[in-house]
Amino acid sequence: MSVDSSEVTKLAELARIAISDETLQDVTERLGNVLELVDQLQLVDTAGIAPLAHPLDEVQRLRADDVTEQNQREAFQNIAPQVEDGLYLVPKVID
Amino acid sequence: MEWEIVIGLEIHVQLATKSKIFSGASTAFGAPANTQACAIDLAMPGTLPTPNLEAFRSAVKFGLAMNAEIGKRSVFERKNYFYPDLPKGYQTTQLEAPIVGAGTVEISLPDGSTKSVRLHHAHLEEDAGKSLHDLFSSKSHGMSGIDLNRAGTPLIEIVTEPDMRSAAEAVAYLKKIHSIVTYLGISDGDMSQGSMRCDANVSVRLKGEEKLGTRAEIKNINSFRFVERAIKVEAERQIDILEDGGKVAQETRLYDSDKNETRSMRSKEVANDYRYFPCPDLLPVVLEDSFIEEIRKNLPELPDAKRERFEKDYGLSRYDAELLTQERASADYYEAVVKGCNEPKLAANWMTGELAALLNREELSIEQSPVSPGHLAGLIQRIQDGTISGKIAKQVFEAMAKGEGDADAVIEAKGLKQVSDTGAIEKMVDDVIAASAAQVENYRSADPDKRPKMMGFFVGQIMKASKGQANPKVINEILKKKLDALL
Repeated sequence: MSVDSSEVTKLAELARIAISDETLQDVTERLGNVLELVDQLQLVDTAGIAPLAHPLDEVQRLRADDVTEQNQREAFQNIAPQVEDGLYLVPKVID
Repeated sequence: MEWEIVIGLEIHVQLATKSKIFSGASTAFGAPANTQACAIDLAMPGTLPTPNLEAFRSAVKFGLAMNAEIGKRSVFERKNYFYPDLPKGYQTTQLEAPIVGAGTVEISLPDGSTKSVRLHHAHLEEDAGKSLHDLFSSKSHGMSGIDLNRAGTPLIEIVTEPDMRSAAEAVAYLKKIHSIVTYLGISDGDMSQGSMRCDANVSVRLKGEEKLGTRAEIKNINSFRFVERAIKVEAERQIDILEDGGKVAQETRLYDSDKNETRSMRSKEVANDYRYFPCPDLLPVVLEDSFIEEIRKNLPELPDAKRERFEKDYGLSRYDAELLTQERASADYYEAVVKGCNEPKLAANWMTGELAALLNREELSIEQSPVSPGHLAGLIQRIQDGTISGKIAKQVFEAMAKGEGDADAVIEAKGLKQVSDTGAIEKMVDDVIAASAAQVENYRSADPDKRPKMMGFFVGQIMKASKGQANPKVINEILKKKLDALL
């Protein structure tokens, strides 16, 4: 399996990662190398084996439905770039 | 050409847990912005989620109520996309191994028929925060405000097969789900506050065609009425395109209720690749059989079972029983009235008639009814024992609605007691006969077959003289005797 530069550009956009034109070729090549390793893994016969959701053979512990968190808005908003009326401000996004 | 509409629904239901699905922050509605968004909800580095047992209990209740398979081993996955109201950059949800598998639910349609709708699956996930776009200060110009109080509120997303064939069927299904989740008490089901939100997948095809047409997904429809309108208008749009020889694009659309149209949400198309993978922060959740059985044993009586019981025990029509059991609160109100008056049919008539009209007019829910079940039962008793007529009862009902006390107090205060005293009625009958010489003459000369009908005039006059309070049965008896004596 290989990857071409247009796929890398699309993935970069989905992941919100900026890749400059100069580095695109290099990133594409290196990702291609990783995928070669995946190709080798895929040679293993996994028919009838359920996908592994987690490497630990443990089950999740659940928590009782209690409110345990206090309001710490002030502390959190102290480190936010911009806030107003208790809201976090971000560049405008509209669908 | 005859077209067929094909609809599948995705319903998001907010679960009524006290805390969030992965954190101990409160889920209470209406708190000041971001006061219920803790470090986990904000995706601060180093935080880890811990799932809420109650969210699982609620989802299992729902699954059992839908006769669905329960996923004894369920897995959380990450659905990756970037949006400011989703601080982690992914929504924790379930895809391959959801908590609730396939099931079915029966819906009742307005024409009295029923239909089975198949549930594809239902899964647990977290809600996102809210974006506010209309900020007015100069500082926030060109900015959006983010409130993350809702981020991490537990949701179940309920996905159907494309089984519905009209907007009316979609609404009936949505109402059924609303009814089930509120009976179970796992959600308040309040669509106006976003506790229940609906996305509709709509496509059209020629009648008889087996292959499904290309579908559009209409997002975030927030009332029963809008679901119906959005589906209708979207189906019309697609039919117009196809009849003009065009092709329907597979896309996400938004319903605009002011303009009654759907429009494309192009910005999300590019990002429509969510790259799901199992969430490494969460282990598979395994539920014991004993946990599931305990929930099954404690399920409340559900709408279908209650409707059947109402038909059987109270002799109600399916239609009335359906109407009264759609909401748990109405069913409880009804049973309280019946307990107080032992008149199941009259109780149903008053609830679907006068009471429904009152609540509708005042825009109140049954819980907010100004007339209590005890008061309505008392009124029905007074009709039954002949204290008042059905007509006067409506007057008493209106007074009770205005808070003028119970039926007995209103009847007493307004002097509405039905007159059954034969002496008083006899005098009214004599007065009316004396004042109506011409009609008496007509009665005497009329064909005996026609006389019973002609009595109506006299009864009307006497009722008028008594201000509606004379007992009609007593009037009829006395009047007939007196008129016949004149023959």
